[in-house]
Amino acid sequence: MLRVLTGFVEELRAIGIPVSMVEAIDAARGIEYVDLGSRSALRAVLGSTLVKNARHYSAFEAAFEAYFSSVGPRAGSVEDEARREDARALLAGLPGAGGPGGGDGDDASDLVAALLRALRDRDEALLQAVVRASVDRLAGIEPGRPVGGAYYLYRVMRRLELERVGAELADAAARDASSSLERRLESEEVERRLTQFRELLRSEIRKRLVADRGPQAVARTLRRPLVEDIDLMSATRDELVEAERVVHPLSRRLATRLSQRRRQGNRGRLDIRRTMRASLSTGGVPVDPRFRRPRPGKPEIVLLCDISGSVATFARFTMQIVYAIAAQFSRVRSFAFIDGMDEVTSFFGAGADFPTAMRRIGAEAEVVWLDGHSDYGNSFGTFRDRFLEDAVTRRTTVIVTGDARSNYHDANAEALRDISRSSRALFWLNPEQQRYWDTGDSIMGIYSPWCDEVYEVRNLRQLERFVEKVAIPTTRPLRPVA
Amino acid sequence: MPTRSPASIAAALEAEGYLPDDRIAQVVFLAERLDKPVLVEGPAGVGKTELAKALAAVHGRRLIRLQCYEGLDEAKALYEWNYRKQLLRIQADAQTDWSELAGDIFGEEFLLTRPLLEAIRSTDPVVLLIDEIDRVEMETEALMLEVLSDFQVSIPELGTIEAASRPMVLLTSNNTRELSEALKRRCLFLHIDYPSIERETAILLSRVPELPAVLAESMARIIASIRSEPIRKPPSISESLDWARTLITLGIDQLDEAAVTETLHVLLKYQADVDKVTASLGSVE
Repeated sequence: MLRVLTGFVEELRAIGIPVSMVEAIDAARGIEYVDLGSRSALRAVLGSTLVKNARHYSAFEAAFEAYFSSVGPRAGSVEDEARREDARALLAGLPGAGGPGGGDGDDASDLVAALLRALRDRDEALLQAVVRASVDRLAGIEPGRPVGGAYYLYRVMRRLELERVGAELADAAARDASSSLERRLESEEVERRLTQFRELLRSEIRKRLVADRGPQAVARTLRRPLVEDIDLMSATRDELVEAERVVHPLSRRLATRLSQRRRQGNRGRLDIRRTMRASLSTGGVPVDPRFRRPRPGKPEIVLLCDISGSVATFARFTMQIVYAIAAQFSRVRSFAFIDGMDEVTSFFGAGADFPTAMRRIGAEAEVVWLDGHSDYGNSFGTFRDRFLEDAVTRRTTVIVTGDARSNYHDANAEALRDISRSSRALFWLNPEQQRYWDTGDSIMGIYSPWCDEVYEVRNLRQLERFVEKVAIPTTRPLRPVA
Repeated sequence: MPTRSPASIAAALEAEGYLPDDRIAQVVFLAERLDKPVLVEGPAGVGKTELAKALAAVHGRRLIRLQCYEGLDEAKALYEWNYRKQLLRIQADAQTDWSELAGDIFGEEFLLTRPLLEAIRSTDPVVLLIDEIDRVEMETEALMLEVLSDFQVSIPELGTIEAASRPMVLLTSNNTRELSEALKRRCLFLHIDYPSIERETAILLSRVPELPAVLAESMARIIASIRSEPIRKPPSISESLDWARTLITLGIDQLDEAAVTETLHVLLKYQADVDKVTASLGSVE
């Protein structure tokens, strides 16, 4: 067991979850107190001793699945065989069953029928039996193939026609429902049961893979980046959904931290009146000096976001975080561009929903001038002519987000220079990997001399760090007054 | 009396009106066995503080609570010398020799104990709840490390005070900031999320006994559905309890759209959220 545990700890570290020596020892001590046959107990022990951040939980779960899926009856053992027998008997007992084993599994209709029945009646035992039988018959697992199981999962789900099963269940539920509220709740219930089934399938498949290739190999193929490390430019849809979920708590946390730091800061001047008042209780001895609270200035922010297809998601995350901590700034104004620039501040009122706001911007604001392909030169030009005087003062920090891929249009670097000169500081966030800058139509190199700092910001971790830096300004302007 | 198994601790907590899920029971059990503090994290209103209260009741221990806030310091968390009393003592007899007096005014008599020291010095074992630890600054957090790992407090004038009995320690955090690695290392970590539909139904029924079972279940399902919406402040358990009481007061025993919409403001605290949920409740996605 100890050897498995060290392997597991190493796997967690490889994912990027920090596990200290002390925590590993705690885990080892904790294991002594649990029933090793129970996966949920083992998961609780390892989870509470090794993982100290809720955001790392999904990565932990995946690794746990790989390493400890064999807890409980071992595949191929006597107990396991007994369970299989039970499953077969259960399935065979159903009306219309194709008999035990069902040949080579060409026909899955008996399984589909059993699945429908199990989901409808919430029959756990039958559901388990269906999971086992369908992995046996439909997955066609090839020993030794280095895959993570997603392929097999897909294969089983297609053969079971899971979508049709879902639709059928939803229809049945809708027929009984009397109101639309009822219908909605029923359809959510169906969705929940299907998700549960998918999870069961997935873990069954993993169990087989681990039995075949060993935990290390499977864990490696399952390894996923922590959510704060997901590359926003190349993220899959699922990864984006996950990032979406954490961006709100993340920005709220940032806001709290910033307001705390702001208030702490250095202590202000001695407050004579309050010190004297406090000294009365100590016989006139000023034991407890009181100070005024300092009031550091808040920076003004102007956001210029490229919202063309490839970098739109990144722009949205940036805006979302900046608006979430808007209280830390004296004013935030935002502008969006593709090949023309327009102010979009009004789209982000209190409680604005960001995906909707972004769609509205695309439709209502004048962000497209000619053909809807990124043109940084013209966008900066428009900004300088129409908004610069009004929006940017010497107290304004300008933040540009975009990949600086201008489709070979004129760079118009003078426009950026003028913006930069009238601002307090200008930062550029580029979501592309630094080694791709200045390749193809990227003209980062032409713009960077006019930026105080250019950052490669590809994931939430980097974005958070940047915003924090901007919100706590250094006391004097970064650039000497021209 | 240490409990024998996670199942028995779950039963004991249930008897006190707190319904733990499997994980909560496991971690609490482990914490008792390993003598470690538990760091409980999760959204507001999922019963983090309640867990500590229930645990204290289960073991028949006193609950000592340290509510953290920004600016909390040593003097409010650990101990403070009662300098008013010390000054009085000095002024009361000015004739006494200084060396004698100095030893005298730094005695236990002049020590004001604050929650942490109190928990350590108590001869009966207690449950110490350090609430919302994420609100204090990093530096203050460091001050608790000695208490959490060694169960002792060092006072320069008196020496080290060791725990007369081991307190059971729970820390709660709303996760508004990242806690220090050192603190996390010393604790077991327990993340409590919103309850499953089954557990929420059970909680509603146990806390509001006059609620009909059918109504409780459909409430739990609606609440779960609302929580899945992207809203600013999802309803917490305490808000669902409020909702249950509201429905009973109004005499509603059947939930339809109209009834839900009328009472929605009990569950949701932002008008934008109310609008969003009202709009989406009737639609099937």
